[in-house]
Amino acid sequence: MRIIQASEVEALIKQLILDAEFNIGDDIRSALQTALLRETTAPARLALEQILENQRIAASEQTPLCQDTGMIVVFAYLGQDVHIDGGFEEAIQSGARSAFHEGYLRASVVADPLFDRINTRDNSPAIIHLRLLPDDDNLRLLVIPKGFGSENMSAIRMFPPSAGRDGVVDFIVDTVRRAGSKPCPPTIIGVGIGGTFEQCAQIAKLATARRVGSINPDERYAALESECLERVNALGIGPAGYGGITTALAVHISCVPTHIAGMPVAVNIVCHASRHSEGSL
Amino acid sequence: MIAVNAIDITLPLTPEIISSLNPGDIVRITGTVYTARDAAHKRVTESLANGEPLPFDLVGQTIYYAGPAPAKPGHVVGPCGPTTSARMDAYTPQLIKAGLRGMIGKGERSDAVRGAMREYGAIYFGVVGGAAALIARCVKRCALVAYKDLGTEAIRRLDVEDMVAVVLDKG
Repeated sequence: MRIIQASEVEALIKQLILDAEFNIGDDIRSALQTALLRETTAPARLALEQILENQRIAASEQTPLCQDTGMIVVFAYLGQDVHIDGGFEEAIQSGARSAFHEGYLRASVVADPLFDRINTRDNSPAIIHLRLLPDDDNLRLLVIPKGFGSENMSAIRMFPPSAGRDGVVDFIVDTVRRAGSKPCPPTIIGVGIGGTFEQCAQIAKLATARRVGSINPDERYAALESECLERVNALGIGPAGYGGITTALAVHISCVPTHIAGMPVAVNIVCHASRHSEGSL
Repeated sequence: MIAVNAIDITLPLTPEIISSLNPGDIVRITGTVYTARDAAHKRVTESLANGEPLPFDLVGQTIYYAGPAPAKPGHVVGPCGPTTSARMDAYTPQLIKAGLRGMIGKGERSDAVRGAMREYGAIYFGVVGGAAALIARCVKRCALVAYKDLGTEAIRRLDVEDMVAVVLDKG
């Protein structure tokens, strides 16, 4: 058995949040640079140039890419041979609060969603998804600060199995069409297919953090991703909604077993400031 | 600095400035804007409905749909990009009727907002969502105006210089 101190978890969470908030992934930057080569109209090119310039400023000043520094979502993969010395969830919450203070992040969370909507003032709580891994003595943490411009445009639908491939493609494309320029295109579209209602949404979120430019190992899903991306980019929404051929940088599809009676599909949209960071202890 | 062919405009907007601009035009905005988002809009429209005084004179003014992140020491403002304008659509026609003439944000507007823009001669500009650190560099001064208890959602007066935007809509 390996012992990991809660203080180590806290320090890593803080570091991962700040890294995600300030530094965009090179995969996204290079996809945006490719898009800039392909866009021809002045407003679309301006939007892409501003996005790339914004990334340079955020990295060099170590300041958040976006004022919506998001709700903090943490996926934790804990080896069963690890013992955490101290409170695990409190370590994550405390690391997230430290990141909020040290990184000058925005307090974007309200305690009651419906009635008083009073700000929690330290961006707490972080949302934690925990899985235990057998025969493992590591802790792996994936942090996804999630802004709501794009989160609000996400959708889930419980399809009957008969909806088939066409039903999935149409739902993805319709969701992006209805979102228009609200989710800050160019976006990354994470899609979950299968599972139950909540698992479907969760794998869609995880799919958003997949490396842009990576190929789905299942050929059928790889083809589906390409087709969806092509159709989404034919919508003409373009960078910042200024018109153009780059509405999304990628469509990432993840699937899990589901019930004989159903085929849930979740579409989780992330803006070009797709923030995620991963580390382990 | 990004080189761009843009039309320079100075706030406050006048009917002449508004009528000279067309959707798709790239502009560089200099002048005073007020930040307001969901919670501030709710309060302002409640004040309008109750005939109470507003925290700032809306007439001829421009609202920027934004809730900045906190400023680091030595900075005027934190990252300060636009939020989704559509969430303010429920309140905007009343504000335009009360004198609001400019809006800066991101995303499409409702038919009701477009109708009010057309009727009263208002204009809607887009700035790039997620380009918040870049946009913050255009903000030269930032002052709290009202609703301090709302935190990032408080109304602030921003003096901006050379804020590059695109005309999205005039209704």
